[in-house]
Amino acid sequence: MNPPLSDPAHPTLHRTFRLQWEDVQQSWVLLYPEGMVTLNDSAAAILQRCDGAHTLDMLIDDLQSAFGVQGIAPEVHAFVKHAFERGWLV
Amino acid sequence: MHSNAAGSFEAESLLAPPKAPAPIPGPPLWLLAELTYRCPLHCPFCSNPVNYKQHDQELTTAQWCDVFTQARALGAVQLGLSGGEPLLRKDLETLVAHAHGLGFYVNLVTSGVGLTNERLGALRAAGLDHIQLSFQDSTRELNDFLSSTRTFDLKRRVADLIKAHGYPMVMNCVMHRHNLPHVGAIIDMALEIGAEYLELANTQYYGWAWENRLALMPTLEQLREAEAVVNAYRARIGRRCQLLYVVPDYFEERPKKCMNGWGTTFLGVAPDGVALPCHSARMLPGLNLPNVLHQPLREIWQSSDAFQRFRGTHWMPEPCQSCESREQDAGGCRCQAYLLTGDAARTDPACDRSPDHGALQAVVLQGRMAAMNGFGQMRDTRTGEVPILFRTDANSRRLTQS
Repeated sequence: MNPPLSDPAHPTLHRTFRLQWEDVQQSWVLLYPEGMVTLNDSAAAILQRCDGAHTLDMLIDDLQSAFGVQGIAPEVHAFVKHAFERGWLV
Repeated sequence: MHSNAAGSFEAESLLAPPKAPAPIPGPPLWLLAELTYRCPLHCPFCSNPVNYKQHDQELTTAQWCDVFTQARALGAVQLGLSGGEPLLRKDLETLVAHAHGLGFYVNLVTSGVGLTNERLGALRAAGLDHIQLSFQDSTRELNDFLSSTRTFDLKRRVADLIKAHGYPMVMNCVMHRHNLPHVGAIIDMALEIGAEYLELANTQYYGWAWENRLALMPTLEQLREAEAVVNAYRARIGRRCQLLYVVPDYFEERPKKCMNGWGTTFLGVAPDGVALPCHSARMLPGLNLPNVLHQPLREIWQSSDAFQRFRGTHWMPEPCQSCESREQDAGGCRCQAYLLTGDAARTDPACDRSPDHGALQAVVLQGRMAAMNGFGQMRDTRTGEVPILFRTDANSRRLTQS
């Protein structure tokens, strides 16, 4: 009954949520009991890396090298904060 | 005619610019499989049709699996396994495994009766994602009275088992004037059993609940008081448990966007394979409902008359047709329009712009008077004065005849 320990240093997708590619919608979605959130590509790329192994900094480095961009830290922080508030991440 | 326009007017397109084809609807994101109408409970607000005994055929395992495969190809992502009581299907584990393999998020909607430790393990292994467990009240007395069973203690045990197996759990409680005053205790119970969501589902008046409307209808004060309790809990418990509480549209001025719009999101399949644009569509006269045994699901969803009938805005009468809210509420609820006016194509009487709004207000008023007279109280059924009509096979047969 204990909730999973929250470790914001290693963001992890809450076990109630499932991240999945939907061919028909041509997008990533987040599935949860009787509901669905359609994600844009950057949200999906961030959540894919919220696996409990990446720290937030590792995650940002990883995204920057994967997409060949720089300076995305503020956006990632803002999204991760939102995702915590929505309960997607623990 | 609408759906065949392209075929019928092929020659015309050589002379005139082609007409825009009817837009292909988006995917039926939510597939509700009502696996059986059989149920050990007898709740007087059951969403099954009142004449369910007439429809006692059930799809086979292979037929259900085929429906799931077809729906998934159309883009369905959420699968609700419901009933009746879906645990009465011995092949539930097989169905879950097939749906999980297709990539569905699989939800089991159950009373908990028949949910043993063994079965919970097998369903988990098959890939079941989530369980929605129903309670009728926070007290044993009312829970067991409303369901006409002694199931309260069993449900409590099942809730603990569900959590022990690590499932996310939605606790569902249908609300009406008998249990609205208990809403705080119901929330406490959801917290106690560790539910992630609590659905406080105010009764919608269709089917069995329509028959029992005078026995169930709350007063406006009860609804507002309950809402205040819910809001106080929300502020206190944060994200620990999400409380879903929707005021029934009998007490609103604008209709709800029923089913998120007809034929936009929801596809129901009844035990006998009848495809439904909404849970209650079966009672609408003149709606020729297709059956998954006779037609591919894609055709049913995209072009069958039943799914086209109230899709979009083309069917709308006034005052909907010229209303600026017509896209927001999609014209409200067709079953409510039918029950209150006798015509499913009229504006939902829940809307205060509907010429029939008075018919809905009259029901609310009758309900209020019945509440004051103690209509539908437990003691009434004991003395046989004004019984609540329970969902039983005998009552279903009687309602079918009348």
